[in-house]
Amino acid sequence: MALTGLIFVGYVLAHMYGNLKAFAGEAAFNGYAEHLRELGEPLLPYSGFLWIARVVLLASLVLHVYAAVTLWRRARAARTTKYVVKKNKHSSVSSHWMRWGGLTLLLFIVWHLLNFTVGKVNPQGGPTNNPYQLMVDSFEVWWLTLIYLVAMVALGLHLHHGVWSAGQTLGLTNSVRQRVLWKRAGLVLAVVVAGGFSLVPISVLLGVIS
Amino acid sequence: MTDTLKTSDPASPDDPQRHDDAAGYYVPGEPLTGREHAPDGPLEERWSKRVFEARIVNPANRRKVSVIVVGTGLAGGSAAATLGEAGYQVKSFCYQDSPRRAHSIAAQGGINGAKNYKGDGDSVQRLFYDTIKGGDYRSRESNVYRLAEVSASIIDQCVAQGVPFAREYGGLLDNRSFGGVQVSRTFYARGQTGQQLLIGAYQALERQVGAGTVEMFTRHEMLELVVVDGRARGIIARDMVTGEIETHLADTVVLASGGYGNVFFLSTNAMGCNVTATWRAHRKGAYMANPCYTQIHPTCIPVSGAHQSKLTLMSESLRNDGRIWVPKDAKDADKDPREIPEDDRDYYLERIYPAFGNLVPRDIASRQAKNMCDEGRGVGPEVDGVRRGVYLDFADAIERLGRKAVESKYGNLFDMYARITGEDPYEVPMRIYPAVHYVMGGLWVDYDLQASIPGLFVAGEANFSDHGANRLGASALMQGLADGYFVLPNTIRDYLADSPFDKITEDHPAVVEARQAVQARIDHFMTTKGTRSVDSYHRELGNIMWEYCGMERTEDGLKKAIDLIRTLKDDFWRNVKVLGSADTVNQSLEKAGRVADFLELGELMCIDALNRRESCGGHFRAESQTEDGEALRHDDQYAYVAAWEWAGEGQAPVLHKEDLVYEFTEMKQRSYK
Amino acid sequence: MKFTLKIWRQDGPQDPGGIRTYELDEVSEDMSFLEMLDVLNEQLIAGDEEPIVFDHDCREGICGSCDLMINGEAHGPEVTTTCQLHMRSFHDGETITVEPWRATAFPVIKDLMVDRSAFDRIIASGGFVSVNTGAAPDAHATPVPKENADRAFDVATCIGCGACVAACPNGSASLFLGAKITHLGELPQGQAERDSRVAGMVAQHDHEGFGGCTNIGECTSACPKGIPLDVISQLNKDLRTAIKHGH
Ligand SMILES: Cc1cc2nc3c(=O)[nH]c(=O)nc-3n(C[C@H](O)[C@H](O)[C@H](O)COP(=O)(O)OP(=O)(O)OC[C@H]3O[C@@H](n4cnc5c(N)ncnc54)[C@H](O)[C@@H]3O)c2cc1C
Ligand code: HEM
Ligand code: SF4
Ligand code: FES
Repeated sequence: MALTGLIFVGYVLAHMYGNLKAFAGEAAFNGYAEHLRELGEPLLPYSGFLWIARVVLLASLVLHVYAAVTLWRRARAARTTKYVVKKNKHSSVSSHWMRWGGLTLLLFIVWHLLNFTVGKVNPQGGPTNNPYQLMVDSFEVWWLTLIYLVAMVALGLHLHHGVWSAGQTLGLTNSVRQRVLWKRAGLVLAVVVAGGFSLVPISVLLGVIS
Repeated sequence: MTDTLKTSDPASPDDPQRHDDAAGYYVPGEPLTGREHAPDGPLEERWSKRVFEARIVNPANRRKVSVIVVGTGLAGGSAAATLGEAGYQVKSFCYQDSPRRAHSIAAQGGINGAKNYKGDGDSVQRLFYDTIKGGDYRSRESNVYRLAEVSASIIDQCVAQGVPFAREYGGLLDNRSFGGVQVSRTFYARGQTGQQLLIGAYQALERQVGAGTVEMFTRHEMLELVVVDGRARGIIARDMVTGEIETHLADTVVLASGGYGNVFFLSTNAMGCNVTATWRAHRKGAYMANPCYTQIHPTCIPVSGAHQSKLTLMSESLRNDGRIWVPKDAKDADKDPREIPEDDRDYYLERIYPAFGNLVPRDIASRQAKNMCDEGRGVGPEVDGVRRGVYLDFADAIERLGRKAVESKYGNLFDMYARITGEDPYEVPMRIYPAVHYVMGGLWVDYDLQASIPGLFVAGEANFSDHGANRLGASALMQGLADGYFVLPNTIRDYLADSPFDKITEDHPAVVEARQAVQARIDHFMTTKGTRSVDSYHRELGNIMWEYCGMERTEDGLKKAIDLIRTLKDDFWRNVKVLGSADTVNQSLEKAGRVADFLELGELMCIDALNRRESCGGHFRAESQTEDGEALRHDDQYAYVAAWEWAGEGQAPVLHKEDLVYEFTEMKQRSYK
Repeated sequence: MKFTLKIWRQDGPQDPGGIRTYELDEVSEDMSFLEMLDVLNEQLIAGDEEPIVFDHDCREGICGSCDLMINGEAHGPEVTTTCQLHMRSFHDGETITVEPWRATAFPVIKDLMVDRSAFDRIIASGGFVSVNTGAAPDAHATPVPKENADRAFDVATCIGCGACVAACPNGSASLFLGAKITHLGELPQGQAERDSRVAGMVAQHDHEGFGGCTNIGECTSACPKGIPLDVISQLNKDLRTAIKHGH
């Protein structure tokens, strides 16, 4: 779970970097998409790296979700009678949102892939083979941006707890210093990633990018 | 019992010097020697001689030999684990939901071990001597020497198990001085030594459970001993969850069921501590020795109201820096102590014992606190019309050492005090009052820890122990582990060398009889449908015991107590109210059985105290004191162990005396002036 | 003080059980929570109602017997055991809900009493050092750096109460597990069995039906002994090493 989670963290960071190219204009953005496909050449065939990444990500997703479902089921089985009154004392909101937030992310990912990768649906009926155009056209629709932003909140929360949790799970948080470090890393990554991803659609909606 | 050294003649009527306060309350019996199995020769060779002479059970046969161990405290837990390791088939019992919760867990201060790691002149000899003297010359030399001797191995064993004792920066074990002795021989794990030692024993026990040599019976209460053809062969226990009455048979039975301080209702013992296991054995023929020897600890948190269910001990170390006082004038009792000027305070221990001051032994500190309160100078809330508390003041210490230093030394104790009382001891002096803490009395055992019933062994606080009339700090943990890890496993094998004994089945008449007795008692409680709750009886018994058989005992008081207890007992059997059913958890029923036994024990304690018209250790008879009110022993008349035999319902108990022979130490009167 | 007490009553393991409401008057603020229940029980007995069953023994915060969920918090509002909680921590007239620990691995026996023997079985699966009596070297044979000894002690103070499980949204006993792993893992004496210990104990933990840890941290805030969350990190680290070593 921690490993697959951290693979996602790496991925979303790279992905976010790519998205932010939108600010550099259409050419840079599309160039980046093209560059991804050429990565690793000539060692790998065209799109080879992308396919490896896709396979790794897909496998990670399956494992990650499988582990999440297992944990969830175990937790349900571990307490079949609920408390009449139960308070949470000091735990973070994000830690309690891992499951529903994760589910949100899963739904988002499916939709997101349909939107941009597999299905390539352009809600404004524009071209679907120009990534930049597809993106701009999509985010000009307010409710699409809203869905995207909700997903980013979920992602932020997920990362805030997830990164720290991964540190714990990997046994890397044995001292006060390490604990503070991992907790901070969680917070920083959450803000940076969720914030970074959100910049693009907000900018599109506001017309900064068009 | 053979080999009498000196026939003691109890209360020969023609000797005007001899009192027989308890005449009519008991029947004189044959003297005991207590020397069976205790080898002769130089003190330091006796134990190794016994270990060598004790026969060994063939390892191949051990799997066929079964042992029941009642109790999972330091004594029982360590014994069961060690016997399991040796390959016997062990059944272990406790009334809590886990063996880890035995009351040994609550011991705070530490455990003694004659390691001389500090190079301050400690030795087995010195620990031996301190213990004999501390016990006011009422213990056996051979036993105490053995205790001192094995003490060092206990520390080794515990460290190897992973007990996290306090350490110095160099990585070696730290020691402190404890209980007024001059050397530092006490090993400790902050204020939780008992917990850490018990967890060590518990883990060793669970290891054997995992290995299949020990079968664990938690939430099981032993209610009867099974004696077949004069030998202890099993127990009857109640499964406290299902209510089922179970028979467990074995080749031998070990009782390590702890102390009976709860006869006083209020004590520092856990709520479930009881005398039932040992009392049932007593009624089956095991002698009860020195039941009146009770240790009352001076630094406990006072009673706050009628709801009080137990008392909490605070480490004695507080007396190192705190000063104890009461107002000179009873009128100041409810004033804010900070407003009572220095001149109006009576630092009574410093006044009466200028040499030792606040560091006088436990019994003296306790008794003087009682005296002050009896004079009406006690402080704190009035409970039943009397203020029972004295101040333990750290104002001077805070001024002298600074609040930081006091905090680092006593911080956790101060926190505990604040949590319980709601008062801040950094601001307002603490209030303390003595409380029952430990009993030196228990089932009589010989050198092998075997009771007067063959095949019944008794370990830990449950036996009448090696502490004489008073136990030194940090020595009960030592004794419990000495008994369980090192003594009992070595001596019991001699007994077991003749086993397996004849197989008995559950339909043996003795077994059937024991079961029926248990069932009848339970049926009685369930059908009495009286009007008074069990706790109300227990509380009343406790009050009687505390008043008349507590810190100071008198002939008249004890006789009165015996009458009161008899009346109470009568009423209890006719009028106790136990609701619910016996075939599920029923905590009232559990308590009823315990209180029934406490009532009988209480009476015997009073008789024992009445008989012993001397003051020694924890036993203070007002009739036997020096001119300035100090305890006065009478070695010429009372240098014996009083071993009481049950003579039957409503019959006066039989007193067997075991003379204490001092071959290596000289008996001295204590003085702390 | 006066209280309305909503207390879980359940006749036995098969009984579905439910909350019953009691009124209790004249409670002193100096009473411990359990003494308050004692008084209530005396009142019930006087009225011919069976007293409430609850676990308790030492009443000084060390045996780990007491285990009540009070107003949704394990051991109530203070960081201490139920027996060391005093009524002055509540305000007059308050309604207090009292429930047993809820975990499949801790089935209810009666009323507020649960069966925590799963913890014993976890310890029996490796939570020890295998050293037979008499086989120990001199206590000073192996010095232990003070830091390690102190950390070992800090986490060895776990009283096995189960509050961590009760508070955990996952019903996991990882804090309890981690405390033992860390205690023995900090000491040289615990090294030989380090791998088998963690493997055995974790397997038993899962087998007992406790949930998996997701590092939420409710356990540590409920723990009366302040066992820190880093013991779970230590547990995971040891487990990883053990797996690497083929366990
Ligand atoms: C608050 C406090 C602090 C102390 N501090 C110190 C100290 O610092 N140093 C020191 O040396 N000593 C100290 N002592 C004394 C010491 O802790 C005890 O004397 C010692 O631990 C007793 O151990 P034990 O094994 O004999 O009995 P316990 O630990 O009391 O164990 C008794 C066992 O018997 C079982 N049992 C009892 N009755 C039955 C029954 N009828 N059926 C089935 N099982 C039964 C119980 O379940 C339990 O497992 C202290 C005592 C107290 C109360
Ligand atoms: C497909 C959608 C996802 C689902 C359903 C999901 C679900 C979960 C769940 C249930 C947990 C368990 C931890 C807990 O409950 O506290 C978890 C942990 C984690 N997730 Fe996700 N997640 C998803 C996507 C992601 C993504 C996209 C990332 C990275 C950006 C990520 C990173 C993490 C990390 C780092 C952890 C912590 C692992 C650990 O504690 O060992 N997850 N996830
Ligand atoms: S870790 Fe804390 S909460 Fe959990 S059992 Fe131990 S003491 Fe109780
Ligand atoms: S009763 Fe022992 S810890 Fe609360």
